Amino acid sequence: MTSSLADVASSNATLRAFLHGLPGVDRVGADQRAAMLGTRSIKTTAKAAAIDLAIRMVDLTTLEGADTPGKVRAMCAKAVHPDPGDPSVPKVAAVCVYPDLVAQAVESLGGSGVKVASVATAFPSGRSSLDVKVADTALAVAAGADEIDMVIDRGAFLAGDYLKVFEEIAAIKAACGQAHLKVILETGELATYDNVRRASWLAMMAGGDFIKTSTGKVQPAATPSVTLIMLEAVRDFLATTGRKVGVKPAGGIRTTKDAIKMLVLVNETAGEDWLHPDWFRLGASTLLNDLLMQRQKMATGRYAGSDYFTLD
Amino acid sequence: MSKTEAAARLAVRKTYKLYIGGAFPRSESGRSYPVTSSKGEFLANASKASRKDARDAVSAARKAFGGWSGATAYNRGQILYRIAEMLEGRRAQFVAELAEAGTKKAGDVVDAAIDRLVWYAGWSDKITSVAGAANPVAGPYFNLSSPEPTGVVAVIAPDEPLLGLVSVIAPVIVTGNTCVVVASERAPLPSITLAEVLATSDLPGGVVNILTGSVKEIAPWLAAHMDVNAIDLTGVADDDLAVTCEQAAAENLKRVLRPAAADWYADPGLKHMTAFLETKTVWHPTGI
Repeated sequence: MTSSLADVASSNATLRAFLHGLPGVDRVGADQRAAMLGTRSIKTTAKAAAIDLAIRMVDLTTLEGADTPGKVRAMCAKAVHPDPGDPSVPKVAAVCVYPDLVAQAVESLGGSGVKVASVATAFPSGRSSLDVKVADTALAVAAGADEIDMVIDRGAFLAGDYLKVFEEIAAIKAACGQAHLKVILETGELATYDNVRRASWLAMMAGGDFIKTSTGKVQPAATPSVTLIMLEAVRDFLATTGRKVGVKPAGGIRTTKDAIKMLVLVNETAGEDWLHPDWFRLGASTLLNDLLMQRQKMATGRYAGSDYFTLD
Repeated sequence: MSKTEAAARLAVRKTYKLYIGGAFPRSESGRSYPVTSSKGEFLANASKASRKDARDAVSAARKAFGGWSGATAYNRGQILYRIAEMLEGRRAQFVAELAEAGTKKAGDVVDAAIDRLVWYAGWSDKITSVAGAANPVAGPYFNLSSPEPTGVVAVIAPDEPLLGLVSVIAPVIVTGNTCVVVASERAPLPSITLAEVLATSDLPGGVVNILTGSVKEIAPWLAAHMDVNAIDLTGVADDDLAVTCEQAAAENLKRVLRPAAADWYADPGLKHMTAFLETKTVWHPTGI
């Protein structure tokens, strides 16, 4: 990080001055740009490549109160062999679970190469003390999580207490150790696109390895527009500081078409360098089945039926 | 204001679109084709559905299946009767459209179609008694067979714009199936007018979906679709196309109905209903 940016976090006033000094987002322009990029037609071999890339980028997620070790086991099996009938289907990037189920996921995945991500920090509301959030993170890391998905304190952010948000992210990053930190902005609660841009910069300056749109519990979640703004933020952050940060849209991406639109956004905004599971992820549960059905349609020439794929 | 001669009123013509999931969308492909009367006069442009419209229609039918198959037989019967009522109210419109399509004695045809709906409506809570059974078995069990709907049925409607169409749709939906119908290619307009009747009859959206366009283009996609559970080839006149569809349908073991040419005025019998039912047999111990 350049020294000028390091000084920014010295007080709430300097942080506010910096974040509010970021150029504003033209809402209409951003929506139009995202919608326009969504009209690209991706067919045949390009579509096949996009589907496989999207499968490799999926963070297969189950974040329900009713999650059981059995469900996590089943999901891990699916993560390694998404379509048991077709060994050419690539593995997904990671599975995403609650902290108490991390140990189960680690055991089920073994040495398959699929990473284990865990939400933490009083997910999804983030309403707890810093001590509890750090302990939550430590629990997940100790159980073997490779990646931590934390939520920011939206209350503090909206109240203008940027330093509190910054320090919290920094403290969680320290608690993560070797684990990668994804910072969930929960854009559906940030009200404006300007806030999305500010929160993105704040999360990146505080040390986040990824910025993630949403928890999946709030609507709207990962819209193309907020993903576009976050992709611009990581591109500009790389140009400013030399540090590359990843992006993860999560929530509301259900169809192959949605996923391919996201890949187009990545390519046209952040660039080809981000078209890799290390730098772009899709948080989803039902998306994977649609990707598999599209993949099967391309392989067999018949429309696929959901009866032939496992339920999540 | 000076009094001028009233200008001739501009004709307000209907745009014939598809019927998918309870809505009337244009074809995703944007295509249409001209429909002419039996005398060769231009009547209207009908939407020419693509395979993606067929796919969307299957999704809509699948989505509607849970609710429709779970509705009580009594309720389904009421809704079929309601369709007959609505059809009765639009009698004149159908008579005119059928006459344009070259149907002779169009009034009789509309009457027969309405009666056919009422007839099938009556079967809704009786078919299980006729097609099901309490089986005698050599053991201390109640053994009950009950017919259940198959799922999503693709229907290639015959070239008999109203009576034939109603005679293939009603038996499919009365038992709890949902369907995707490919209307007569030559005379598709009454089918879309029928869709307007269905849309105002308390029939949940997606239970019946109607596509117009080329049968040869759409039927093989429906026959091969893995999420379609059965196919009715009544309207496939071309033997080669029927064989292609039968072969494609074998991939997921669809139920296939390919009846011989029918007289639509005759008593339809139960064949069109039982073809799309599957029997579930339950063993229940007695004397415990």
